[in-house]
Amino acid sequence: MPTDISEIDTITHDVIVLGAGGAGLRAAIECSRQGLDCGVVCKSLLGKAHTVMAEGGAAAALGNADKRDNWKFHFRDTMRGAKFLNQWRMAELHAKEAPDRIRELEAWGAVFDRTKEGLINQRNFGGHRYPRLAHVGDRTGLELIRTLQDKGVHSGLSVHMECTALGLLTDGGRVSGLVCYWRETGRFVIFRAKAIIFATGGFGKAWRITSNSWEYTGDGQRMAYDVGAELMDMEFTQFHPTGMVWPPSVAGILVTEGVRGEGGVLRNSEGKRFMFEYIPERFAPETADSEEEAQRWLDGDDSSRRPPELLTRDVVARAIYNEVKEGRGSKHGGAYLNISHRGEAYIKKKLPSMYHQFKELAEVDITKEPMEVGPTFHYAMGGIRVDHDSQMTNVPGLFACGECAAGLHGANRLGGNSLSDLLVFGRRAGLGAKEFIDANPDLPALDEAQANKILDWAKAPLMRESGENPYVLHDELRDAMTAHVGIWRDEEGLAAGIEVIEQMRARVANVKAHGSSQYNPSWSEALDLDSLLLCAEAVARGAKMRQESRGAHSRVDFQGEREEWGKYNIVIKKGDDGQMSIERVDRGEDPPHLAKIARATLEQLEAGDV
Amino acid sequence: MSRQRTLRVWRGDGSSGQFEEYTCDVDEGMVVLDLIHQVQKHHAPDLACRWNCKAGKCGSCSMEINGKPKLSCMTRLSDYEEGAVIQVQPLKTFPIIKDLATDVSWNFRQNERITPFTPPQLPEDGDYRMQQVDVDRVQEFRKCIECFLCQDTCHILRDHEKKEGFVGPRFMIRVAQLEMHPLDTVDRIPATRDEYGSGMCNITRCCTEVCPEHINITDNGIIPMKERVVDRFYDPVTIVLRRVFGWGKRA
Repeated sequence: MPTDISEIDTITHDVIVLGAGGAGLRAAIECSRQGLDCGVVCKSLLGKAHTVMAEGGAAAALGNADKRDNWKFHFRDTMRGAKFLNQWRMAELHAKEAPDRIRELEAWGAVFDRTKEGLINQRNFGGHRYPRLAHVGDRTGLELIRTLQDKGVHSGLSVHMECTALGLLTDGGRVSGLVCYWRETGRFVIFRAKAIIFATGGFGKAWRITSNSWEYTGDGQRMAYDVGAELMDMEFTQFHPTGMVWPPSVAGILVTEGVRGEGGVLRNSEGKRFMFEYIPERFAPETADSEEEAQRWLDGDDSSRRPPELLTRDVVARAIYNEVKEGRGSKHGGAYLNISHRGEAYIKKKLPSMYHQFKELAEVDITKEPMEVGPTFHYAMGGIRVDHDSQMTNVPGLFACGECAAGLHGANRLGGNSLSDLLVFGRRAGLGAKEFIDANPDLPALDEAQANKILDWAKAPLMRESGENPYVLHDELRDAMTAHVGIWRDEEGLAAGIEVIEQMRARVANVKAHGSSQYNPSWSEALDLDSLLLCAEAVARGAKMRQESRGAHSRVDFQGEREEWGKYNIVIKKGDDGQMSIERVDRGEDPPHLAKIARATLEQLEAGDV
Repeated sequence: MSRQRTLRVWRGDGSSGQFEEYTCDVDEGMVVLDLIHQVQKHHAPDLACRWNCKAGKCGSCSMEINGKPKLSCMTRLSDYEEGAVIQVQPLKTFPIIKDLATDVSWNFRQNERITPFTPPQLPEDGDYRMQQVDVDRVQEFRKCIECFLCQDTCHILRDHEKKEGFVGPRFMIRVAQLEMHPLDTVDRIPATRDEYGSGMCNITRCCTEVCPEHINITDNGIIPMKERVVDRFYDPVTIVLRRVFGWGKRA
């Protein structure tokens, strides 16, 4: 029976930002600065979003720790790390604007670690030519989110906490509202707005071993897809090389790349520093080829090259995976990561939360003994396709920024580029929304039939007499994705993964949430399954189509990059028949003014020739 | 470790409730939050419990475990005697929504009362400068993950229910962090006494004891703020100087 929509609370703002992580808060602050009435809707409490888990730092070519750095090096590193499959314009904007976004945070109260001159200090990270990551020990994400939260509290934002979004509404193709429910009471609420910004993060909770939090269920990707938005680069899922592997209950929890940035060394069970065996040709001229050279670099010798532990994440993750597979893994199936040579005081100052994490969860003292680490699902490079400057999707009035958007990171994201991504493109989404609302100032109409369809879907798991256990279904999906759509993929496994997903879709349609609608985790678990399945299917289908290995996407049956595939991004959308449609989209010609920077040698860039 | 554990969980809402016991299989290295997830999966799917990161970084899964305010994601089952029942209940200081979830919105309202960070004009070269030694203390306070365990254990808030008069330890260190920030230009000392209630705290250090981030809330945050208030309002020399010269607004 249709619900009488007039009985449901309606809240109207100029713009709704969905998600209160770094991207959402930065977008909301910008909307507010532009004079818009902005509502922030988030499914957890304010300040708890996934950004809080970011550890290592935010990449920005401030040039504080090494004066040679500038936006061109950052841009080149980002393009190369992404294996040239990211969007040129986004990488350009990101590299150019990140320093101002970091300085702005400082003016809003962030307290980064300092250089001797009293400037914002920067640390080394994988794939970054110079020390570039503004950081606060190993809790940079917390610093970011708290700064934005405190700024937001005094920016006139209306924050609607513990409010879960269910689906988008449209009016003549333009986005018009968002149907949600309050977690506390289970009551539905409809938000109406002239523009909506998605900052909903990733979907790592579809995998067994992941560093992602409870919230990462792909809600934004699913809701955007349902109203016709395009998803891009979904096959590129980043496996961070260093997650905890022991004990089982904490497997997957992130061990910051900062450990390697501060001089951490990876060894196998034979004591061999194996990363020297895995240096890709493209990076060989810039990587140390002996332990002695790597040590000289760590000691501050500018003429030495970087240790191979600081190669990009895709390379290090595959190397660890391979060492384990070939029988040289650590006791519990990982690699040994040792930082103890840096001394207790230094480690406690620079990596305090790593120290506590291992001490409290694994009874390992990292100032004295090595950690055991292995790959963990960490980040979705792909997501909602957006306009490079405004962050608007192909659905008018719908914007996306942060991890839920695609384009900046291509085939592989560099560490530290996500926090700067949030700031640069969060702000840009706010500006984009302002521009859109100026051109389209009327509040779009509310379509009751659309709202009713979403409400019926949401109520179904509660109303059913009986059905499958959502927790068990979620578990099965996670195991299937880790088994079939993991770090190494092949045709057979991907086909099997897609089959599991298809079978599961029928079972999810029969899922049962026991209890009432009030603060009921099994209800939210049941509703999350559709989003998780959508993202899982998009990743698996994209991965099956891309017959090459590039960045984070590795095919056993198609090893190495294929030139042909470098010309395309894979775009997924809902077809007219309701089925998932997938196609290769030509990237077009490389923009010459940017290509010459990205393809320059370091020597040319350092000499200022480009 | 035994292969099973019994968890005694408070079930109910704001008006009524009782403890219920659930027994689940456990694995090596498990934390209390893992056990709660086992209960949700196998016995009580609608058991309400906040959690996000399960890595001690977000401060969502605060509760009282065997009577002690703790993060359930950082409390290992092996900390408790083998075979002993572990009891979990919601934070006592805040109204219960359902089961282990409490209404902590009061805390968010306190933050809104605090005058935000206000830096001076940016230097011409575009960079503020601060020395590491001058920001170490501020960074200690900024480690706070807003788990509100300190607020829960603070007897001013917990037993005396003086929420109108005292912002609690979490926001005392928020004020301290702003006051000790080398760049900040605002004077919050009068508000610290009059609005935030610094005089209410009688330094029992319970907040410091429960802080999962090991922030020295009392000694490094609250006591120095109390001293600043005393210097400003109760130090005879300062009072005379201020009366005569209008001096000493900012100690």
